[in-house]
Amino acid sequence: MVELKRDSINVKIKELNSDIAHFRDLSITIGAITKETWVEPMGPTPYPSLTTLRSWDLKLLERYKPFYLPFCDLCCMCTYGKCDLTGNKLGACGISMAAQQSRTVLLAACIGASTHTAHARDLLTHLIERYGGDHPINVGELNVDIEAPLTRLVCGIKPVKLGDFEEVLDYCERQLTQLLSVTHTGQEGNNLDFESKVFHAGMIDHVGMEVADIAQISALGFPKSDPEASLVDLGLGTVDIKKPVILVIGHNVPPAIEIIDYLKTRDLMSEAEVTGICCTALDMTRYSAKAKIIGPISWQLRYVRSGVPDVIVIDEQCVRADILQEAQHIHAPLIATSGKNCCGLPDRTHDVPDEIVADFVSGKITGALILDPVKVGEVAVRTALAIAPKREKHKLLPTHDELIKLAKKCTDCVLCRRACPNDLPISYAVKAAAQGNMSGLDELYDDCVGCGRCESACPQKIPVHSIIVAAAEKKTRDERYRIRTGRGAIQDIEIRKVGGPLVLGEIPGIVAFVGCANFPKGSREVAEMCMEFAKRRYIVCTSGCSAISAGMYRNEEGKTAYEMYPGSFEAGGIVNVGSCVSNAHISGAAIKIASIFARRPLRGNYEEIADYVYNRVGAVGVAWGAMSQKAASIAAGFWRLGIPVVVGPHGTKYRRMLLGRSDKEQDWYVYDARTGEKVYGGPVPEHLFFAAETKEEAMVMIAKLTMRPNDTSKGRAIKLTNYIDLHKRLIGGMPHDVHLLVRKRADIPLTMKEDIEKILKEMEWTEHEIPDPTLLSRMIRKSKEA
Amino acid sequence: MPLAESWQTAEIPGPKKASLIIKPDIADAIIRRAKRPIMIVGYGAVEYEVEGIKLIECLIELANKGKIPVVVTASTAREFLNRGFSPAALMPAVDIGNRLTDPAWKGLDGKESYDLAIFVGLPYSMEWTILSGLKHFAPSLKTMTLDCVYQPNASWSFPNSTIKDWAANLKGIVENLGD
Ligand code: SF4
Ligand code: SF4
Ligand code: SF4
Repeated sequence: MVELKRDSINVKIKELNSDIAHFRDLSITIGAITKETWVEPMGPTPYPSLTTLRSWDLKLLERYKPFYLPFCDLCCMCTYGKCDLTGNKLGACGISMAAQQSRTVLLAACIGASTHTAHARDLLTHLIERYGGDHPINVGELNVDIEAPLTRLVCGIKPVKLGDFEEVLDYCERQLTQLLSVTHTGQEGNNLDFESKVFHAGMIDHVGMEVADIAQISALGFPKSDPEASLVDLGLGTVDIKKPVILVIGHNVPPAIEIIDYLKTRDLMSEAEVTGICCTALDMTRYSAKAKIIGPISWQLRYVRSGVPDVIVIDEQCVRADILQEAQHIHAPLIATSGKNCCGLPDRTHDVPDEIVADFVSGKITGALILDPVKVGEVAVRTALAIAPKREKHKLLPTHDELIKLAKKCTDCVLCRRACPNDLPISYAVKAAAQGNMSGLDELYDDCVGCGRCESACPQKIPVHSIIVAAAEKKTRDERYRIRTGRGAIQDIEIRKVGGPLVLGEIPGIVAFVGCANFPKGSREVAEMCMEFAKRRYIVCTSGCSAISAGMYRNEEGKTAYEMYPGSFEAGGIVNVGSCVSNAHISGAAIKIASIFARRPLRGNYEEIADYVYNRVGAVGVAWGAMSQKAASIAAGFWRLGIPVVVGPHGTKYRRMLLGRSDKEQDWYVYDARTGEKVYGGPVPEHLFFAAETKEEAMVMIAKLTMRPNDTSKGRAIKLTNYIDLHKRLIGGMPHDVHLLVRKRADIPLTMKEDIEKILKEMEWTEHEIPDPTLLSRMIRKSKEA
Repeated sequence: MPLAESWQTAEIPGPKKASLIIKPDIADAIIRRAKRPIMIVGYGAVEYEVEGIKLIECLIELANKGKIPVVVTASTAREFLNRGFSPAALMPAVDIGNRLTDPAWKGLDGKESYDLAIFVGLPYSMEWTILSGLKHFAPSLKTMTLDCVYQPNASWSFPNSTIKDWAANLKGIVENLGD
């Protein structure tokens, strides 16, 4: 077999007998000879194509059928349209509403997965240029043997050095092109085939994220699977505003690293503040604990308008499209650093730093595109130091008197509220402010996601968001928290310790809080959920903006979640894995449980591992503020592994849910791998994608979704205790489906025996066996016939 | 004539939009005509107070008079139980929505499909999207919302109303049903 690769010719010889020698598993790359060191035999599905895992997807989709929630009745994707797809009408291309919704989900998942993969590509190219393709991969020193579980599982290769990831990304990019082409008019017409491709995009997304994070952990010296990663400052109130302040926003960390390096090498770290929003912020604190995180993406407007940042540096993803105007309002120069987000700025990449700095300081330019991270480091720091005394933290927030004057212009038209995604009672608060009462505006601050739509809607041109932030100024000054920075992957030894208790159900589950900050009621809810599940001895993981939000709340003792709970992957731990791309370590941990604890073959063996995770590992993803297309693809990567995802009420806008029907007994049969019999495994996990109306409903559902058919009786009793207890406390009374979740009398928690027995009797419940569950007939150890 | 405008200005669905309930008699006639109505009550119902009376009390009266089974979502149940009213089911909103799109589903009591689903109190965009799901995928089901905001994806909806007008409408519906 001869493979032509990116920039080399690679010859792999499985077995060769010649007169002179006998070769096995020899791989020759022109220019270098690489030895295959991984002894695990290749599984059935290395580098899966669009259809390789289709039958697995359809098995899941048979149980979790899409419940479509069209966000628009029309399709306007080609010039045949617009087409009205209401009810059973078809578009001019013949597409149905169901297929069109799944097509839209695929489009979102492709955007999300492409974004992570393109990020991974840029990061990898940069790091290879800087450190060389031979730079070794190291995610956890000796504590991590399975360094890249997703890459091993999906691609069937074991990466050793940065350069090995090139072919992994080649594969991801090829798949993404194929996937995107599927959304073209006149391609796929079947809704479930679209859905299967959504899962494929999700799987690719997790591989792309894994490459990105492993590359930066290995090359940039981020914490390496370190449960004791540093606690760092978080919040607007942590910034020393007397100093020059640099703000970085986005996801791609190299420019921020260069800023820190420039300051460090010149011994200027104590002279300036490096602050960040969103994932770049998280990642730069993995590099230097002196950097500060301001908040999740929803903090962009409020922080910029506070006037505190002297220079704003943006890279890619989740940056506000109006950031240049916002920066101009506060007289802060803007430096764009990514070809994916140029902001219409002149390209100054090849100019000398002296000139660019001079142009910024004189006000000749207000922004520049600089595509060289090292140059960004120098220009950002020098500009901030020079411009800070001139700017005097020029802010865009009104004073108390100005605020009252602005509020008096309000005509009570409620257009602001009608534009507000959280339906906040803005006009009441504005009217009260006109009378000098700021309490309403101050309260809005907590629930506001900082989108600015209220301002665009206001016919009186009242800067509504600004007046909310101004009224809550004291709160913003008090935003002073500590967050444990992203630790990266989970150690193999941690997996060995928790694998048994998790699979047997004695640790009730892994709950991962991921995704954006489009929260229905502010950050506090994420923090409260994290703490509740940690208190109940679940393993709690966090990443991205959710990791930040989880740290933005203090308990009565004045401590944040990260100060109260350890950062280790154990019962009662709160594990911040890192930025968005670190999500791969959460799916990776589930995969590693199958591989390390259960010794299931990993290499190119997706279906078997997913079947294991789905039936045995009680993991649940929670994207409480899911907003972006990346959140869609991250969720899809979890779905294909059989991991359910819970979203907040805004999540119904993702066009469909994937819901099981606990009332349909026939949907919940599994093979018992011991006998080959098809047996009832119970409605667990009940859903694959579920939007909760309130935090309370989400918590109860999370507890329920950690149940798996494989739970031992002891494990199921623990999970039931949590589920019933949360239900009683948050919803009220006993849940109505207890009889569906108890399989044997031994499953019944002792403390709830009486109540449960009563329900079981009423429902004429009978015991059923606990299977050795699998959805795959090939996993049956003894066939029926035999 | 009140306007049929989405409460969230941008949430415009398409050509098929809810008919306006301009007076209580309309809602009343719809409820009377229904053979198998069901009411789905979200958490918002707990929060609203209409002229000194909690919305939830008004809904309980409506359910009792119209003999309508009530599904409560999220943490709404406790408020009903505290008032001595037993909901027919506690179920998340997306779950009941999903079941309503299944033509083979015979309802909570296993007898017959529902022909009218009355929604009230879900977060606006969640109710919007669930009603959209039903508009497109539950062709034999009619839907009505009793919220004070226009929900274009329902079969019938109030226009965006002031709390005062809304209160009068709800009271009107309950009173008429008692006739
Ligand atoms: S893609 Fe199909 S449904 Fe969409 S506008 Fe074109 S013809 Fe109409
Ligand atoms: S900025 Fe805040 S108050 Fe304004 S529309 Fe957005 S969420 Fe609502
Ligand atoms: S949109 Fe402007 S004028 Fe209208 S209620 Fe809101 S703040 Fe007042």
